[in-house]
Amino acid sequence: MKEKFIELFKEVLENEDKEVNMDDQFRDYDEWDSLTYLSVIAMLDDEFDVIIETEDFKKIRTVGDLLAEVEKRTA
Amino acid sequence: MALQDIRNVKISGIAACVPKNIERNADSSLFLSSQDAEKFIQNTGIAEKRVVGNDVCTSDLCYHSAEKLIAELGWNKEDIDCLIFITQTPDYVVPATSCILQGRLGLSKECHAFDITLGCSAWVYGLSIVGALLSSGSFKKGLLLVGETTTKTKSVKDKSTYPLFGDAGSATAMEFSEGSKGIQVHAGTDGTKYEAIYIPDGGFRNPVSDISLDMVTVEEGITRNRLQYIMDGAAVFTFTISTVPKSITKLMEQFNIDKESVDYLLLHQANKLIVDKISGKLKFDSEKVPTSYERFGNTSCSSIPLTIVTTIREQMESKKLDLIACGFGGGLSWATAHFETENIVCPELIEI
Repeated sequence: MKEKFIELFKEVLENEDKEVNMDDQFRDYDEWDSLTYLSVIAMLDDEFDVIIETEDFKKIRTVGDLLAEVEKRTA
Repeated sequence: MALQDIRNVKISGIAACVPKNIERNADSSLFLSSQDAEKFIQNTGIAEKRVVGNDVCTSDLCYHSAEKLIAELGWNKEDIDCLIFITQTPDYVVPATSCILQGRLGLSKECHAFDITLGCSAWVYGLSIVGALLSSGSFKKGLLLVGETTTKTKSVKDKSTYPLFGDAGSATAMEFSEGSKGIQVHAGTDGTKYEAIYIPDGGFRNPVSDISLDMVTVEEGITRNRLQYIMDGAAVFTFTISTVPKSITKLMEQFNIDKESVDYLLLHQANKLIVDKISGKLKFDSEKVPTSYERFGNTSCSSIPLTIVTTIREQMESKKLDLIACGFGGGLSWATAHFETENIVCPELIEI
């Protein structure tokens, strides 16, 4: 799942060459803005059938946290 | 369950009105660059919208819609038993704008008139309310007037709201019609999330005070005061993609509505992202989901009647159509309705 998740995450960032690490605080990415956030929500719903409510999303800091949340909800 | 089966009513006509003044997002100074504006337009689909002047209110847009519709229907104004006006931008705090509209339209003094405050779910809620008022047959004819001058509540310096919204008003004529299948409705509310779309000051929880007009920069590109609209776009998006498809599915299941028999799915025109997501989840072909956000933006409660008038008007006037409409937004509030129309009166878009 990790590989698929990272590939999709790069697609959402519209930067296929981006180096994405688990410890990255994704909100600090240059590519990140409010539309990227919406695209991530849509991608997680489309690809993993996961909808993360805003209150829960606010607590997620890193790419690894987000992946863990998706894994938890799809387990 | 909030499901209703409202028999013996029909929709007889739908009209919509917009201001002539066009604002194009490509020209907006809110975006840092032309690429920024292009990305916004590509994602939201909203290229331009209509904006009223200071002297135009929602009631004016609804008044022109109603006058044209009544004339084309050939209705006698004395026969209109009820007028329901739904908006978040009334003429005054007091009195109800529906009363002003009754007077201005010259309707009978024995007209049952009142206002309702709702946002993007309003038109569908209105069908349910006017439908319920008419279905017993005591009232024979009703007018549902819904509209919003959304741009008056937004800060022109707020890129998270201003570029998305446009102004429009509408009028929908409904009638008691014995034997008609009427309108089936599913509605819902989640008031725990009211702050996702709200204006903090100006009501009676936080009356206007000396800080209400202070312009505060929340982040780059978002400067507004406490009398202006705040929208948590991500919260609204999350709510929409999880709740709206369920509401539509529930209505279809409950009333055995076959997807293939539905001619059009009329969604509130929030933006491209949301419309595509909902129609995709429900597996409705895009040809069955007409859109108006490209030219008019999110026109709040008028977006469904405006879409009807600007995209399927000729079919509304010449055919029998099986329709599902769904409105969703501030409250949070949502409503889905199923109904048939046959050769209704649908005047061309009115521009003032």
